[in-house]
Amino acid sequence: MTDARLLLIILALPFLGSLGAAFLPTRGRNRAALLAGAVALVGLVLAAGFYPVLASGRAVRLVIPWLSTLGLDLTLRLNGFSWLFSILILGIGGLVVLYARYYLSSDDPVSRFFAFLMAFMGSMLGMVLSGNLIQIAFFWEMTSLFSFLLIGYWHHNQSARDGARMALVVTAFGGVCLLVGFVLLGHIVGSYDVDRVLDAGDLIRGHALYLPALILILIGAFTKSAQFPFHFWLPHAMAAPTPVSAYLHSATMVKAGIYVLILLWPVLAGTESWYLIVTTTGLVTLLIGAWAAIFQQDLKGLLAYSTISHLGLITLLLGLGSPLAAVAAIFHTVNHATFKASLFMAAGIIDHETGTRDLRKLSGLARFMPITATLAMVAAAAMAGVPLLNGFLSKEMFLAEALETHSGTVLDSILPVLATLASVFSVLYSVRFIHQTFLGPPPVELPHEPREAPRWMRFPIEILVLICLLVGIIPALTIGPFLATAVQSVLGGRTPTYSLAIWHGFSLPLLMSVTALVGGTGLYLLFGARLNGFSQSPIIGHFKGRRTFEIVLAAIIDGARVVHRISGTKRLQVQLRLLVVTAIIVGVLPFLNVGYSRGPRPDTLVDPGFAILWMLAGASAIGAAWQAKFHRLAALVLIGVCGLVTCLSFAWLSAPDLALTQLLVEIVTLVLLLLGLRWLPKRLPDRWPEAHMPFTVYFRRGGDLLLALAGGGGIAAIAYAMMTRDAPHGLSRYFVEHAYSGGGGTNVVNVILVDFRAFDTYGEITVLAIVALTVFTLLRRFRPAAESIELPEQQRQQNAFDDAREDRDRGDTVRHYLLVPRVLMEWLFPVILTCALYFLVRGHDLPGGGFAAGVTASIAIIVLYMASGTRSVEMRLTVQPVQWISAGLLCATATGMAAWLFGYPFLSTHFRYLDLPIIGAIPMASALLFDIGVFAVVVGTTALILVALAHQSIRSPRAAKPSQDVGEGAD
Amino acid sequence: MEIVLALAIGILTASGLWLLFRPRTFQVILGLSLLSYAVNLFILAAGRLRTDAPPIVGKGAADPALYADPVPQALVLTAIVISFATTALLLVVLLASRGLTGTDHVDGEESDP
Repeated sequence: MTDARLLLIILALPFLGSLGAAFLPTRGRNRAALLAGAVALVGLVLAAGFYPVLASGRAVRLVIPWLSTLGLDLTLRLNGFSWLFSILILGIGGLVVLYARYYLSSDDPVSRFFAFLMAFMGSMLGMVLSGNLIQIAFFWEMTSLFSFLLIGYWHHNQSARDGARMALVVTAFGGVCLLVGFVLLGHIVGSYDVDRVLDAGDLIRGHALYLPALILILIGAFTKSAQFPFHFWLPHAMAAPTPVSAYLHSATMVKAGIYVLILLWPVLAGTESWYLIVTTTGLVTLLIGAWAAIFQQDLKGLLAYSTISHLGLITLLLGLGSPLAAVAAIFHTVNHATFKASLFMAAGIIDHETGTRDLRKLSGLARFMPITATLAMVAAAAMAGVPLLNGFLSKEMFLAEALETHSGTVLDSILPVLATLASVFSVLYSVRFIHQTFLGPPPVELPHEPREAPRWMRFPIEILVLICLLVGIIPALTIGPFLATAVQSVLGGRTPTYSLAIWHGFSLPLLMSVTALVGGTGLYLLFGARLNGFSQSPIIGHFKGRRTFEIVLAAIIDGARVVHRISGTKRLQVQLRLLVVTAIIVGVLPFLNVGYSRGPRPDTLVDPGFAILWMLAGASAIGAAWQAKFHRLAALVLIGVCGLVTCLSFAWLSAPDLALTQLLVEIVTLVLLLLGLRWLPKRLPDRWPEAHMPFTVYFRRGGDLLLALAGGGGIAAIAYAMMTRDAPHGLSRYFVEHAYSGGGGTNVVNVILVDFRAFDTYGEITVLAIVALTVFTLLRRFRPAAESIELPEQQRQQNAFDDAREDRDRGDTVRHYLLVPRVLMEWLFPVILTCALYFLVRGHDLPGGGFAAGVTASIAIIVLYMASGTRSVEMRLTVQPVQWISAGLLCATATGMAAWLFGYPFLSTHFRYLDLPIIGAIPMASALLFDIGVFAVVVGTTALILVALAHQSIRSPRAAKPSQDVGEGAD
Repeated sequence: MEIVLALAIGILTASGLWLLFRPRTFQVILGLSLLSYAVNLFILAAGRLRTDAPPIVGKGAADPALYADPVPQALVLTAIVISFATTALLLVVLLASRGLTGTDHVDGEESDP
């Protein structure tokens, strides 16, 4: 069972599990933990099944083509090294799940925790299983995102929110750098495929872009792996629940940077710049982390700085550039994950059972929790590098490498000394951790009475500590083969010979180890008691990463504000002017280069009718612009003239479909604006009687006039230049030639809409539906302005007249007044509807179609509303526009999807002739079904918008009563 | 014909732009209506002017030279319907804004004189 497709299952499982956990009840602690544990276990078993293949030196690859032209395929790749990481992620993940089940209180929203944890596990797996650089960057960002959610899990806690935000900002910044670095790398190699990149080592190292790419990738790796100077986020991330710290901040996420460094080590390492940057950063981080860890008073803080220091150690090893150092780096990555995860879990137990993580308060816990204490002491000894434990082995390798000559610079000679010094620090804080917490007198004044943790909460630690011991005592039999496979897959032909034996004879590294152990313990005996007095680390404590971070962040935000203040405006008019000015400039620029001239095509003869029509329309447009402020109704009528002339022009210029649609839409738009007029304020008197208008207003209006003339003149000039040239050959030819043979319709415009470009139309009707729903929602909460609430004057007069006469009821006047038109209009309803259906059915061959038919049908409804009034229509007729919209969208979607059943892409159409008695052969295209969908959406949209607006009028009297909420008066 | 249509597009655009810059919401809505006429005519003009040549083809092989360009027409057709929807949306947003702010100024508050 080593089918490459299993990789996809391993990757998908955690995400599916995450989705599942998200739907569990909030407090479903056991179920969520069971789900997460099962996911980790199944993944682990599946991944383990791949080992025999990998051990034989082969790699597993699965490529699912996606955007191959952009070099983006879904590529999964498993070799010995990524296998080792996957096992870490899944194995420690499973243990953390078990631990978290007992750690988290049943009051916490536990399902959410496990949902995030599994999603993180999936992102991490995605990263190590990716065989494509861009894909790695994608999953890398996902780990940042889920780490943010996990650190901020207790979001009621200020420090958790701050820590989460800091971690996100720092690692996401690094993620962007990493992505750019990867893009450069892909540009150098010509492919994002990891295997091809790994084959192009010499090309990359010799390329001019090597250094920028290297620095960007390193920034990415250093931020993620908490290297100096980006290390400060890790201690702040300790506000996370301890299972998160154990999983993300010791075993997995902080190793993501290390993973990328090791992955690209064969191609990026070995140059002088790599050596200088990576080694120095690693060394500084190693020392600073170890030094700061000594002075921490918080248990998790100590572990966090220790993690920083160990990550520095691994980075340093990778920086050295020798294959042996790379082996040591891989080995130490695994070792650190095991002992540090167990230490975090132990710290969590201590916190859980005593109520504090303060080293100054803790003491003598060994007698209260002997098992946990023993486990933690063994793990801490591994951290210190005590023989017979796994930490000792990799540290030995590190010290041996530190002694080698790598570059011939001053770093070579000081490295052994500094490495020993860091080891001394490491022993010192480990001893302090053990002594302060577990040994000494019984603790006083603890929040809880300490006791042993539950059996299954200790189990994960027991497993991890057992691994520490086994690897430490019999390395060749346990980790040996796996490490060999991993190393082989990274280094290939450069794999060095190395030995995992515990005893290499009396050697210099052993002497350094012993020095560190003796020195560290000695220093603790001398100064240990005084360490409790420090509130910050001496010397480096003054470097406050957090403060710098906040200053930089504040500066960025302030800068954004300044830019916003300078370049932004809240004034719509100013924005529109800027927009139009920009458009005019951009429009003019090309003409400055090529000059303006009319084309060679002769003018077609001017038809006097057409010219007269446009004289009329032009005058109307100018009139509307002139009068829109004070004479709204008149302006509306003038605009209507322009609309009608536009409609006639469409008909004139061989566009019957457009003329039809324009005419119909003109009607509904007019109704819409008339309905809107009701809610606009009374006309204001002119603010400035002509004589007293200030100069600025003249200036502003003059400027607007100039802009308007420039825009209009410009577009006219462009239009003229365009129309006097021959049209280039575009798509039209194809559409005209194939409309009938390919689409089964003779109306080319309609065939384009419902067949050739049906997907565009599909998007279009979706937009219509969204707009209609938005309008509807806005109107449900509509609050008219106070002075518009009263009934219009005309209605008040009519009502007063009706009230005054005893034989009349309210509303009689308006009813009688409209009696004849009403009867006519009501009788028109079926006629217009028939007309709509006719447009719909014939649309494929003659002008018409779903859009025109839909608007026509909605006009039928509107006419009814206008004739009889909202209330009386709704007593007799139920129009449910929302149902129309959804039915239409479903119909269009179903028509599109039906093509899948026959193996064609979405929205492929089919047509054939149907022989009907009497009528004869009629074409039946599946596009007609789609057009029916369009029809229904348009009917629903138009009706919904207009009816909702019309409803405001009958709602308003209730709004006048102060006791009732206007917004709640839903119709 | 070309010069007439070009001038027509120009006048519609100029009137529309003038209204677009006005401070009252109703003026802006009318301005957008005028602009959409202009833009639709412009797009149609991109297919060049043809009279008496609607793109309704016969059932045999069709010669593209005999028909008006159908592509701009297809573009404009949906634009007409969409412009109704956007006009409605704009109108309702402005009405709601007017209800909330008490003014029909586009910025929701009267500008300084």
